[in-house]
Amino acid sequence: MPAAIEISGLTKRYGVGDAAVDALKGVDMIVQPGEVVGLIGPSGSGKSTLLKCLGAVIEPSAGRMALAGEAIYDNGWQVADLRALRRDRIGFVFQAPYLIPFLDVTDNVALLPMLAGVSNASARERARAMLTALDVGHRARAPVAQLSGGEQQRVAIARALVNQPPIILADEPTAPLDSERALAVVRILNEMAQRFATAIIVVTHDEKIIPTFRRIYHIRDGRTYEEAGEGRAA
Amino acid sequence: MINLAGRDILNGWGKFLFTGIGLGLLIGVTLSMAGIYRGLVDDGRVLLSNGGADLWVVQRDTLGPYAEPSNVRDDAYRALLGVKGVAEAGNVTYLTMQIEDQGKDVRVMLVGFQPGHPGEPGYLVAGRPITRSHYEAIADIKTGFRLGQRIRIRRHEYTVVGLTRRMVSSAGDPMVFVPLRDAQEVQFLKDNDALVNERARTAANPAFNRPGVPGLLEAVQASQASSRTVNVVMLRLAPHADEALVASEIRRWKHLEAYTRADMDDILVAKLIATSAKQIFMFLVILAIVSAAIVAFIIYTMTLNKVREIAVLKLIGARNRTIAAMILQQALGLGAIGFIVGRTAATLWAPIFPKYVLLLPGDAVRGALLVLAICALASVVAIRAALRVDPATAIGG
Repeated sequence: MPAAIEISGLTKRYGVGDAAVDALKGVDMIVQPGEVVGLIGPSGSGKSTLLKCLGAVIEPSAGRMALAGEAIYDNGWQVADLRALRRDRIGFVFQAPYLIPFLDVTDNVALLPMLAGVSNASARERARAMLTALDVGHRARAPVAQLSGGEQQRVAIARALVNQPPIILADEPTAPLDSERALAVVRILNEMAQRFATAIIVVTHDEKIIPTFRRIYHIRDGRTYEEAGEGRAA
Repeated sequence: MINLAGRDILNGWGKFLFTGIGLGLLIGVTLSMAGIYRGLVDDGRVLLSNGGADLWVVQRDTLGPYAEPSNVRDDAYRALLGVKGVAEAGNVTYLTMQIEDQGKDVRVMLVGFQPGHPGEPGYLVAGRPITRSHYEAIADIKTGFRLGQRIRIRRHEYTVVGLTRRMVSSAGDPMVFVPLRDAQEVQFLKDNDALVNERARTAANPAFNRPGVPGLLEAVQASQASSRTVNVVMLRLAPHADEALVASEIRRWKHLEAYTRADMDDILVAKLIATSAKQIFMFLVILAIVSAAIVAFIIYTMTLNKVREIAVLKLIGARNRTIAAMILQQALGLGAIGFIVGRTAATLWAPIFPKYVLLLPGDAVRGALLVLAICALASVVAIRAALRVDPATAIGG
């Protein structure tokens, strides 16, 4: 089975000439399906740039990047339809849930399959199943504004998972939550990773959840350093 | 696929509705301006049709009686009746004046006419026609006069015996119809002091007061104190008579100007109210531009308030056309609400206007299409802004 994420020698340069800044200087990373890894680093270390490259929202300057064995960037060549790539193969969980405020819980989740061309009825059925799996099925018809922070984050995870992408990028998903809820979110991410064989990269500064990762990538000055984590139960 | 625009509108329907109402009031003003213009034109046309005339005979080289002053001898109608094709003739005078009604001035157009001849009011909504030779009047209901009310016009009191509707001058002044002789007196007869002065002045003039010509002074004074002129002679033609031919005969042989209904329509619409129409049109253009600017600003602001949602939508794979459609539909929705509110408001406040406001269904359809077109155009700026939103905005850093 190919790795869910395989990156080698990835670089990203902003600007040109004397003003050029190398945000990534040859990043290497491998994440297997069903694995949850942490990505940790100080501000300005290149975490967000790496996340944006992985999320196919900015183009790397050089290197190679493959998702589930399929190259999406290879030294200047890039997959043509990045929008479809993001929709079908990458899930996003943000620091804040960023749910669409004018859609109810079900439609926030169902929107992704709908964008992929799935009928409304089927998309809503998938959404309800995913919400039930994340233990927020009872709030399926509620407006998102009526949900607690933890519930909103679970809905955001359901949205990231509903198209069953091979990878999920989680950008500080526990930052606004207290310890209990933060660990609950990590527990859910681990369960979902196992259940759907999804690779999840969690960018975090959160000391509470760092010990839960089995593998951690430290990023400093645009380079990654791999480290074995404690893998403590969340 | 979910209708994102519809959901967004339903989610914040209060804000959306109030914005639509605000825009609607502006659209209502725009529609009212169009209605005022239509009312001006329609008032003119009703003025022509209610008189029941086919030809208007006025002083040569004038555009009378509505656009320019015109004086025609009041016995000219006899000669005109002799023209082949003329069935009826009626002398008519017009005079714009103020009439006092219970301490308030009412501006009216006083019309002198011959009952039973062209120029009389087209129909009555209350009361009866004028049956006496003097001191009876028929008033347009916009004057505010009531049946049986006595109104003072110069030196005499008149009883309002009938009421009519939609009989106003091109300036919008309601008409008061009185017998021709009374109107001529009002129009041309001077007050007593002026008559005494005029008689003294004439008596002092040796040309009119010759010792060897008895009766000359009295004849001159009598001619000064009476009027034998009218402003227009209205003609009704015999069936199948060619109005252009009859008009041409009158111009050629009677040394008068004759206008057909089409000519009068042209004089009223193209000449008399042309400046007012241009004024209203300019105001309409400015209002349309202001409305477009306001819609553009509202839609742009609404879009900027959703930058984060748009970034998330783009990040999770929404097509540009999905986002553009959402903004366009909202703009059109706003326009639709605005138009409905505007049309309703214009209909409700039209009767309050002192002048007739005519809201034509055709204008409403054209207005609706224009509003939707303006909204679609105004949404372009917001769509461009939305399409420039970087999906990376949704990711921190």
